[in-house]
Amino acid sequence: MLLSTADVQKVARLARLAMNDTEIEAARSQLSGIFTLIAEMQAVDTSGITPMSHAQDLSQRLRLDVVTETDQRELFQSIAPQVEAGLYLVPQVIE
Amino acid sequence: MLNQSLMQQGAALRAKTISSVELTQTYLDRIATHNPVFNAYLTVDAKISLAQAAAADALLANGQAQPLTGIPFAQKDIFCAKGWRTTCGSKMLADFIAPYDAHVISQFNRAGAVNLGKTNMDEFAMGSSNETSYFGPVRNPWQQQSVPGGSSGGSACAVAARLCAAATGTDTGGSIRQPAALCGITGIKPTYGTVSRYGMIAFASSLDQAGPMARSAEDCALMLNVMTGFDERDSTSLQRDKEDYSRDLNKPLAGLRIGLPKEFFAEGLNADVGKAIAAAIAEYRKLGATVVEISLPNTKLSIPVYYVLAPAEASSNLSRFDGVRYGYRAPEYTDLADMYEKSRSQGFGEEVKRRIMIGTYVLSHGYYDAYYLQAQKIRRLIAQDFTDAFKQCDVIMGPTSPSTAFNLGEKGDDPVQMYLSDIYTIAVNLAGLPGMSIPAGFGDNNMPVGLQIIGNYFDEARMLNVAHQYQRATDWHSRAPQGF
Repeated sequence: MLLSTADVQKVARLARLAMNDTEIEAARSQLSGIFTLIAEMQAVDTSGITPMSHAQDLSQRLRLDVVTETDQRELFQSIAPQVEAGLYLVPQVIE
Repeated sequence: MLNQSLMQQGAALRAKTISSVELTQTYLDRIATHNPVFNAYLTVDAKISLAQAAAADALLANGQAQPLTGIPFAQKDIFCAKGWRTTCGSKMLADFIAPYDAHVISQFNRAGAVNLGKTNMDEFAMGSSNETSYFGPVRNPWQQQSVPGGSSGGSACAVAARLCAAATGTDTGGSIRQPAALCGITGIKPTYGTVSRYGMIAFASSLDQAGPMARSAEDCALMLNVMTGFDERDSTSLQRDKEDYSRDLNKPLAGLRIGLPKEFFAEGLNADVGKAIAAAIAEYRKLGATVVEISLPNTKLSIPVYYVLAPAEASSNLSRFDGVRYGYRAPEYTDLADMYEKSRSQGFGEEVKRRIMIGTYVLSHGYYDAYYLQAQKIRRLIAQDFTDAFKQCDVIMGPTSPSTAFNLGEKGDDPVQMYLSDIYTIAVNLAGLPGMSIPAGFGDNNMPVGLQIIGNYFDEARMLNVAHQYQRATDWHSRAPQGF
């Protein structure tokens, strides 16, 4: 299956990956090969089959709605790229 | 001491013929000698390791030792270990010091084991050769120009080269079994949900499972006893009674029914691997097993299904790496979106970006039903194949990998070629079944061949029994690469 340059550009944007034209073209060629492999499953008749998301088909466990974690803000923020007064700093988004 | 089993090492420690500090130092010295060539470890911290060893010696002196107390293990760098650099083989986490312990790490800590260091791996566990690691490839101790397999390549190399007593790995599509096969060691991926994924950096959450990599099935059983168990912090952790995985090791194999899937012996399997596997099956017949041909008709579809589901889950899991809370942030950017895009583009390697893009595409508007849902439906067909097969046999056997270790760089830039080499291991993850690989001789180039043993759900004790009886009758598992 051949992907277009526009397809790859769109996916890169959705995935938040910056790519230049050379990288887009290389990705287009490799992804096309992978989607040719993936296309093999399109011919399989799966009508009436329930999708399988987990091996044991268990439902998600619920727990009591109580606080179990302790406050470790300082520890967790000590590895952040940029913090100030207990807040994570990012470029300004609102003028 | 280096070739002794975990049980023997534990006994020597309890008998005080060697201390944990001495044993740990022995391995640290070996790592210092060999790691510059083999690159199996990404992080070694002698101070922490020796402190843990000293604490273990105190437990040993007080008679408070458990079976693994004082034994030095290597931990795959996918497990967060408090105070240790934890990179997952990526530039994205090159400077990440984990603020907490993964469940697996705390289980080893509770057992009094020593953490020798963190092992190299394919970036975010995406690879079958350890060549996608940001920190460079690992070399195979049997032949330096060969790959060790992946993604748990550093752990496999460290075990084979006697740079640790044993190691941990994780397996999403074969990442314990394939490197175990290529490095001539024993590894087991347990039933999905048996080992907690808490603190194990996520790749494809419905497939990821941790397990032991060691020199024998007996060693793997001791490690599973420590690694398994319910953990409420992993929503898919199974609530089951604690098992002793060593309990059946010594059962005779008379009457064992081995299923050989005809699809595992078809086109694509190298002749030398096929020959070694046939010899291993003949050995099992001698041990009293019977052999029945079975069919897993959807085997071929496991590759396309896996390369939809795993990237889809990965693209979602890896969206957390945005340069805000931890991990790599690009040095220059214009606005928030630019910061996200540059941080991710510079922080992730080629294979990771490729899989994020596959996953993003198959989950994007208009494609979900055709790809993701269709793959999940075929996943059920693949699991059903195994359920049907286990009506005729107790365990399934075949090759772990179609070839022995290939050369570094050999598979080049074609990702599809690399993906196809996972043909025998992937279906086991999709079905959530336990699978293992044990050494079963050597191929034409004197490189190890792995025999894969696939069991029914929760049948790890039987698989370890089946592997252990073979290892009592043969000595492939005790062979060491030359110079080690």
